[in-house]
Amino acid sequence: MIEVDAIIIGGGIVGASAALFLSKAGRRVALLERDFCGSHSSGVNYGGVRRQGRPLSQLPLSQRAHEIWGQLPQLIGIDGEYQRSGHLKLARSLDDLRALQDYAASSQGFGLDLQLLDRTELRARFPWVGDVAVGASYCPDDGHANPRLVSPAFAQAARRHGAQVHEQCAVSAVEHDGQRFRVSSQSGLELHAPWLLNCAGAWAGRLAEQFGEAVPMHAGHPAMLVTEPLPLVMNASTGVEGGGIYARQVARGNCVLGGGQGFALDAARARPGQQAVIEILRQAVELYPFLEGAQAIRTWSGTEGYLPDRQPVIGHSSTQPGLLHAFGFAGAGFQIGPAVGQALTEIICNGAPSTSLDAFSITRFHSISVA
Amino acid sequence: MKPVVIIGAGPAGIRAAQTLVAQGVRPVLLDEAARGGGQIYRRQPANFKRSAVKLYGFEARKAKALHQTLDTLREQLDYRPDTLVWNAEADALDTLHEGRAARIEFSRVIVATGATDRILPVQGWTLPGVYSLGAAQIALKFQGCAIGERVVFAGSGPLLYLVAYQYAKAGAKVVAVLDSSPFSAQVRALPGLLSQPATLAKGIYYRSWLSAHGIPVHQGATLQRIDGEQRVRSLNWSDAKGEHQLACDAVAFAHGLRSETQLADLLGCEFAWNPLNRAWLPQRDRAGRSSVAEVYLAGDGAGIMGADAAEMAGERAALAVLEDNGHPIAPQRCVQLEQSLTRINTFRKGLEQAFIFPEHWAANTADEVMICRCEEVRAGDIRQVVREGHWEINRVKAHCRAGMGRCQGRMCGAATAEIIAGESQRAVSQIGRLRAQAPVKPLPFGLEVES
Ligand SMILES: Cc1cc2nc3c(=O)[nH]c(=O)nc-3n(C[C@H](O)[C@H](O)[C@H](O)COP(=O)(O)OP(=O)(O)OC[C@H]3O[C@@H](n4cnc5c(N)ncnc54)[C@H](O)[C@@H]3O)c2cc1C
Ligand SMILES: Cc1cc2nc3c(=O)[nH]c(=O)nc-3n(C[C@H](O)[C@H](O)[C@H](O)COP(=O)(O)OP(=O)(O)OC[C@H]3O[C@@H](n4cnc5c(N)ncnc54)[C@H](O)[C@@H]3O)c2cc1C
Repeated sequence: MIEVDAIIIGGGIVGASAALFLSKAGRRVALLERDFCGSHSSGVNYGGVRRQGRPLSQLPLSQRAHEIWGQLPQLIGIDGEYQRSGHLKLARSLDDLRALQDYAASSQGFGLDLQLLDRTELRARFPWVGDVAVGASYCPDDGHANPRLVSPAFAQAARRHGAQVHEQCAVSAVEHDGQRFRVSSQSGLELHAPWLLNCAGAWAGRLAEQFGEAVPMHAGHPAMLVTEPLPLVMNASTGVEGGGIYARQVARGNCVLGGGQGFALDAARARPGQQAVIEILRQAVELYPFLEGAQAIRTWSGTEGYLPDRQPVIGHSSTQPGLLHAFGFAGAGFQIGPAVGQALTEIICNGAPSTSLDAFSITRFHSISVA
Repeated sequence: MKPVVIIGAGPAGIRAAQTLVAQGVRPVLLDEAARGGGQIYRRQPANFKRSAVKLYGFEARKAKALHQTLDTLREQLDYRPDTLVWNAEADALDTLHEGRAARIEFSRVIVATGATDRILPVQGWTLPGVYSLGAAQIALKFQGCAIGERVVFAGSGPLLYLVAYQYAKAGAKVVAVLDSSPFSAQVRALPGLLSQPATLAKGIYYRSWLSAHGIPVHQGATLQRIDGEQRVRSLNWSDAKGEHQLACDAVAFAHGLRSETQLADLLGCEFAWNPLNRAWLPQRDRAGRSSVAEVYLAGDGAGIMGADAAEMAGERAALAVLEDNGHPIAPQRCVQLEQSLTRINTFRKGLEQAFIFPEHWAANTADEVMICRCEEVRAGDIRQVVREGHWEINRVKAHCRAGMGRCQGRMCGAATAEIIAGESQRAVSQIGRLRAQAPVKPLPFGLEVES
């Protein structure tokens, strides 16, 4: 039997950063991960570390995350290939450009420093962008990183600060005995703690349901693809207004692209699927003409939780004191994840987060019946 | 009606097609190569005019028979050469042909994708002038050219003596053959080998022929390093007597073959560790049925057994398809094929003993040796990740990119697994299996799509 202050279910970037901040604050933590830390969404995502384009309600948290990302090497011991390359959001029509202008106006004051580029400015500054783009919004301090390295490193850093990290350790049962949580794992571990953090990603709905607060979450599978190394061309990470396709180039020269949805192989594994892959290969050459003739060498996908409003659930359970939820990041939790871990830590250590989490309360689904 | 599809027009795929056609089924036969025949019976380009005997030696008769079979069947088949299958989903295959992507749905599929060389890198193996044994053979068979003027053949496996012999016969200068397996292993393996005396006789013939023609053949010989600036200049090898140097301008090396299993993986087949092949292989029953109802496996793609077995397994798998489709089939023929395959498997066990896997390769491989050449990952990089606590191969790949490049681990996967196993002190069967991801081979941007 293991007695700790907090048990965290799920070793993605959210759970692992909570483990790190809690251990740094002197709390005894046990992190339980069914597979390997950072081997699901957090390790296989596109690697976009961007604030631009998020709903305004996420920007305070995202801005905090931005500061944490700026301290990455001090925090987790590696740079994780994080670079503030800038994030360029392209418009393919004047309507889309207007939407970008509106976003830039409404997000003023959140520290994004967006720059709007018309067609001529876009051509001059980013000549590798295809003619289909009529303009763009540029966020100079957004960027990208290597999720395969960053997310596991959060768990490693937590371990260095004293957290118990149990990998290949699936949580099989959770109870609350009126005093504390009793958590057991398939591997036979038994843990007790007054706090339980539900950071189980796309699989977090089960626990919420057990505590009487089911959420209408479904799993999605963004399709990803990478090219062979190419000469360095892209000096910004990109996306398009309205979605559809996004691309970045890593220092080694490979371009990473994403777009569309794949399919689930089973509850834990997903593939990008032929349709999404072909769609990326087709669309990409319009937006990034230099890719014509380049080769895609690998494709993949992951399993991510989506709620109907595409906003996460973060914060207290409304039914069980001591239970904290953080899941449902709708394809955008990599950037914001470390700030979520920090906010959860503040709840436990200070009684409240320093950034409001009201918009992400699980109670917003209480009136919705879950089929 | 969705067709029966065969992937691979090697010995296994062609015999499978023939068996189906004989029962009035018109299969689709997909093959990445321009002309059918597969690896061993690879055909030269249409404008080359070398005789079958010149190209295939002892196997000329079999090669001609197989090519003729395909040529005669052409009208009764939907044969699509130059067609890569780059992805597979539940009941469909995704193909690429002359820059056009298309999808083909199948009712049943026979996967007969064959094999490639198993590479265990040494210092210097990425120098120009270094080839795998199979690639050296392809250069000769397909293009009619040698990989160099003074060639050393190294490694182990039946291809070692065969390709050295083919080179010498073709007039190339074979400097030496360095067989990593000790002579004693080959003596121990004799009982198993005797189950296929004709094949054994050929093996002995190649080796004696080489010796008789003054070509040094060394056993228990380990290739240590290959040196050169612009290309291969010399190599070092060692045996019980010490270290030796040889001047040469090309090296062909490999340690046996490995099955091309990615499509079986994408199709959802269950895999199991196969100690004989020292690899994870898709499970098949004696008839070639996989764990997935519509998927059948035949030939070297599901375990290395050689060309004769591939022909039989192709026929057997096709009979299983017919049977499962309700066609009457001759049970005696099935039994006969299964018995022959069992006999060949005994021989195959003997071969594996004779060309024993160099267990010490990983331990003797220095940190600087490049393992994954696509992503430029060295043995030391892999070991470093293992020392950080990782041991599962997909996890190690995620951390250091070994197996993440253009070849998707087809070339470096086996070696990476050995290094991980060595460093983590686990059995190579205990570090997980490299998961296949589409595309099986690179896919170009800007491709056209068939509706
Ligand atoms: C393909 C893809 C591309 C994306 N691109 C971006 C991007 O560019 N930028 C961005 O910001 N976000 C992106 N995202 C989203 C981002 O990756 C996720 O929102 C984020 O990683 C979520 O982190 P997490 O820790 O909540 O989830 P996860 O990383 O999924 O971690 C949850 C963990 O819980 C574990 N678990 C589940 N059940 C149990 C149990 N019973 N016991 C023990 N452990 C359990 C799982 O094994 C898993 O490791 C993308 C996601 C995907 C899939
Ligand atoms: C380079 C090489 C040389 C060899 N030489 C000899 C030899 O001389 N003597 C000997 O006994 N054995 C040799 N072998 C062993 C050989 O594997 C078998 O003897 C025999 O060729 C196996 O027959 P098969 O039908 O199983 O596969 P193969 O003959 O390998 O045929 C497989 C076919 O599948 C096709 N294919 C594979 N993947 C795809 C895909 N994704 N999409 C479309 N098509 C695909 C390939 O183009 C190929 O034509 C060699 C092997 C290799 C790799």
